Amino acid sequence: MPESAIASFGRFRRSHEFWLLMVILGLCASLGFANAQFLTMQNLFDLLTSYAFVGILALGLLVVLIAGGIDISFTATASVAQYVTLSLANAYGANWISVFAIAIGIGGALGALNAIFIQKLRIPSIIVSVATLNIFYGLLIFFTGGKYIYSLPDWFATGIFWFEFEWAKDSSYGVNLQILALALAFLVTWLLLNRTNIGRQIYAMGGNADAAQRLGFHIFGLNILVYCYMGVMAGIASLIQAQLAQSVAPTVLVGKELDVVAAVVLGGASLMGGVGTVLGTFLGLTLLAVLQNGIILLGVSSYWSPFFVGLVILISVSATAWSQRERRTRSARR
Amino acid sequence: MSNAPALSLRRRMVGLAGSGTVATLTLLLVALWVAFAIMIGDRFFSVNTLQSMAFQMPELGILSLAMMLALLSGGLNLSIIATANLSGLTIAFLLTHYIPGSQGFAWVGIQVLAIAAGFAVAALVGLLNGFVIAYLGVSPILATLGTMTLCKGVAIGLSRGNVISGFPEPIVFIGNGTVFGVPFALIVLALCALPVALMLNATPFGAKVYMIGSNEKATRYSGVDTRAVLLKLYVLSSLLAGAAAVVMLARFNSANAAYGESYLLVTILAAVLGGIDPFGGFGKVGGLLLALIILQVISSAFNLLNLSQFLTLAIWGGILIAVAAVPHFAGKAPR
Repeated sequence: MPESAIASFGRFRRSHEFWLLMVILGLCASLGFANAQFLTMQNLFDLLTSYAFVGILALGLLVVLIAGGIDISFTATASVAQYVTLSLANAYGANWISVFAIAIGIGGALGALNAIFIQKLRIPSIIVSVATLNIFYGLLIFFTGGKYIYSLPDWFATGIFWFEFEWAKDSSYGVNLQILALALAFLVTWLLLNRTNIGRQIYAMGGNADAAQRLGFHIFGLNILVYCYMGVMAGIASLIQAQLAQSVAPTVLVGKELDVVAAVVLGGASLMGGVGTVLGTFLGLTLLAVLQNGIILLGVSSYWSPFFVGLVILISVSATAWSQRERRTRSARR
Repeated sequence: MSNAPALSLRRRMVGLAGSGTVATLTLLLVALWVAFAIMIGDRFFSVNTLQSMAFQMPELGILSLAMMLALLSGGLNLSIIATANLSGLTIAFLLTHYIPGSQGFAWVGIQVLAIAAGFAVAALVGLLNGFVIAYLGVSPILATLGTMTLCKGVAIGLSRGNVISGFPEPIVFIGNGTVFGVPFALIVLALCALPVALMLNATPFGAKVYMIGSNEKATRYSGVDTRAVLLKLYVLSSLLAGAAAVVMLARFNSANAAYGESYLLVTILAAVLGGIDPFGGFGKVGGLLLALIILQVISSAFNLLNLSQFLTLAIWGGILIAVAAVPHFAGKAPR
């Protein structure tokens, strides 16, 4: 037993995730040393709350990338789901269960549409999702006139706040809607990918679609599931984002798709399919969050924040690629 | 669904990708032209309409060329807009700081030098992209995502997000002047598209780019220095972004770190609509230009019909799916 533990730790030590973890730990240690505010519960909860939107979308995208596809229409899907759901809730009344059901339904339907275009018309997923991004977004703004919704139902605006506890005199923390949804999304995605037969089929399809089809996997069904899952995640993410922002702004989400792509691919998922883990995505997301948060806490002018983010992305992807290349040449020599 | 027909279908799709796309796009353009002529009438053919189309197309056109080069090699260049803004700001900074008070020879020299400096900045970004992609082996999407954020960061950091505006006459002319009724910006687009087309179709370098896009490993094993080719390709892509920067800052008479960000995905849309294979290896400049004209015709017609520009976006997306689906239906027909 200990031997296998050592072996698996050895494997972990050589993995992409290990290097990411080291970078994050180094960053956290230096930030904690530089600013006492960084390693506080307040900051942790704030970070989780503000990165829940990107995190949930990243989990949906992770599944799509593992399946060998790509989807960048999710910000438009989220905008549509958010706008329609909360307009309906305002007009006819709703509760937590019904708003999430509607948002999930809209997200899933738009995701299925992507899958149908990709599979039935045999158009590459990148083309389809660039096109549907413009279609969903263009139609949404055309029909709504791009108007914001500022008044949300009271119960929705209040949100939820569980397990409240006081940390200091004036500040109390609890599990809010954003953190709860993020945690559930991580749990469900992890279960889907690692503990279900379908998850293994998704990895297999992403690794080699032809081989998966010859093994008898239902490729069309798997694709529907994968793109629906992305759509459902977009629906959920859109609601928690509206709850946090306390408004529905149809024009602010589109344009953020590359932030999500960055988190997932930093986490080691490959655009070629078949590769990627939930842990990696978590670490990629954490790296971006800690970095952006740390730059603010260090008092760096917010004008320079994207510069440092870009620098760290470039250095970390270059270092990863370089270390993999070194390992390949070393094993080739052996 | 058996696999054999799917395979032959794919072969047919590849066969159609060359001439088929151009035929489809030409038909589409004619159909659109007729439809809009009926809906709008004479106004659609007025000199004003044609000229405004010709003024709007070059920015997106040059940026799409930059994207196309990366796509042909099987890569992607997400940093084109950020590169264009960074080199635009460089030019704008130099112009606004050294032009006031200068005269005669110095006045001309500063403008030439400012534009040269803009291209130098673009080339630097291209070198960084090319080095990280070709020599460190980072995937193009990740590398250019990094340089995109980096360039935008430098641009915002140095400009504090401000707009720099007010340029001398000749610079403004590049974006707004006409030569015998033809907008100068359109001439710049032609001056970019022609050499790119020649390079791709008539030089060994172009052949190598297509080969890398089809199969990078096979190309490397056949003795091509793929790393040098890729490095050069990303520098060229960046230089085109630099050319787009000149046109953009001239047309707006200003530069900013966030101009034209919505163009990024539209350049991919235009390129793919023009028959450029997003996985590399196939695609011609002619197809891209046709796609650009189609997008511009739709946009201008919708403008004349007083329809929302967001509806234009939706239609662009619909057209992309329709055109991408044509080979599928064309392949199905004989069966």
